[in-house]
Amino acid sequence: MLRVVLIQDLAITRGERRLFSHLDLTLRAGEAAALVGRNGAGKTSLLRAVAGLLRPAEGTVSFEGETGPIEAETARAEHLHLLGHQDGLKSSRTAWEELRFQALWTGGSEASAQAAAKRFDLTRLLDLEVRRLSAGQRRRLALARLAASPRSLWLLDEPMAPLDAGQRAAFGAVMAEHLAAGGMILASVHDPLPIPARSVEVGA
Amino acid sequence: MKAFGVLLRRELALAWGRGGGPLLALTFYACVVVLLPMASGRAPERLAAIAPGIAWLALALAALLSLERLFERDYEDGTLDLLALGPAPLEAVAVAKCLAQWLATGAPLALAAPVAALMLGADLKVMPLLVLCALAGGLAFAFLGGLGAALALGGKRGGLLVAVIVLPLFAPPVIFGAGALDGFSAGLPWTGGLMLLLAYCAGAVALSPLAMGAACRNALD
Repeated sequence: MLRVVLIQDLAITRGERRLFSHLDLTLRAGEAAALVGRNGAGKTSLLRAVAGLLRPAEGTVSFEGETGPIEAETARAEHLHLLGHQDGLKSSRTAWEELRFQALWTGGSEASAQAAAKRFDLTRLLDLEVRRLSAGQRRRLALARLAASPRSLWLLDEPMAPLDAGQRAAFGAVMAEHLAAGGMILASVHDPLPIPARSVEVGA
Repeated sequence: MKAFGVLLRRELALAWGRGGGPLLALTFYACVVVLLPMASGRAPERLAAIAPGIAWLALALAALLSLERLFERDYEDGTLDLLALGPAPLEAVAVAKCLAQWLATGAPLALAAPVAALMLGADLKVMPLLVLCALAGGLAFAFLGGLGAALALGGKRGGLLVAVIVLPLFAPPVIFGAGALDGFSAGLPWTGGLMLLLAYCAGAVALSPLAMGAACRNALD
């Protein structure tokens, strides 16, 4: 389980363009940070850099667990969830097939996938093909992965954009629970998160 | 290992679903068998002579058609991000994808090859060797095609690039396999060709995942 995420002097360049530099951020167990900034400021790139998918131009991202530093490779394989705009759901498969795969692939079980489906009010939809889901239902299916497998760091890119008010509140409760259990959340947002979160300006 | 099994089953279902399986193999060969005599003349002895070669050609072309988008879809819809954050390294992910592709399209094509060759009038005794060559060759095609698909990720006109990358890699197995089949039909030594084909296939399966993993990582960056 991760206890600390340490981002030091991070700079990200896409092509010729420097998105931001000298970004420092420390996230501890139970904390959430909301990344704010204009479109194209580099919020998504920052999340991908923390997930280890994108090589930063400068600076480091390091992780600490209960017993000391954790290798970035291990953190990526076992301790973090990244949920981007593209949710990786295959439209020809049923919701249950996709949720089950995502849960098993990220270290959960069938039972935890079932529980997550219930939590996100998806039980009625599990037999449907993903292509038949609405944008909000699709997003809930993608979010259910977070609850279906226990990983401590959640990297969320605009997690609530397609959700209605009721679902936003429900997802807020899930996030609060995750933080209470010692989890961490780093989310890029335009609307405020429904949980107490530090605001971090990207690309100012 | 458990995660690998889960992924392989999913990839198999996806490959089967997007037009793999025995039906595609049979339709593909049906096209070849019907069109070839119209294109090359219908003298039975000529057809019989080129039948094994045509079976190879069909196998290679079918692999090219279906492999081009092997990684592209996952790259576009975000699945590749998810796969990169799993318990298995991207190299293992690539193996699962290529293996599933082979099981869903390559193996059925290999099993259908003798039917097509037979309809074109090839000799019955060459069939076991034809199936063996097609199975091994198909496996090599799947992994090498996957390599081409991974290298072309994120590029414009990826399909063109895949064909250019893959063409020289596809040539050796076709030559080895056709050599073995020719030698066998003509009563000449043929085991050398088969051994080379199997060795090439083993090399492709062992080495191309390393390149595919690196190419995927590069594309995600």
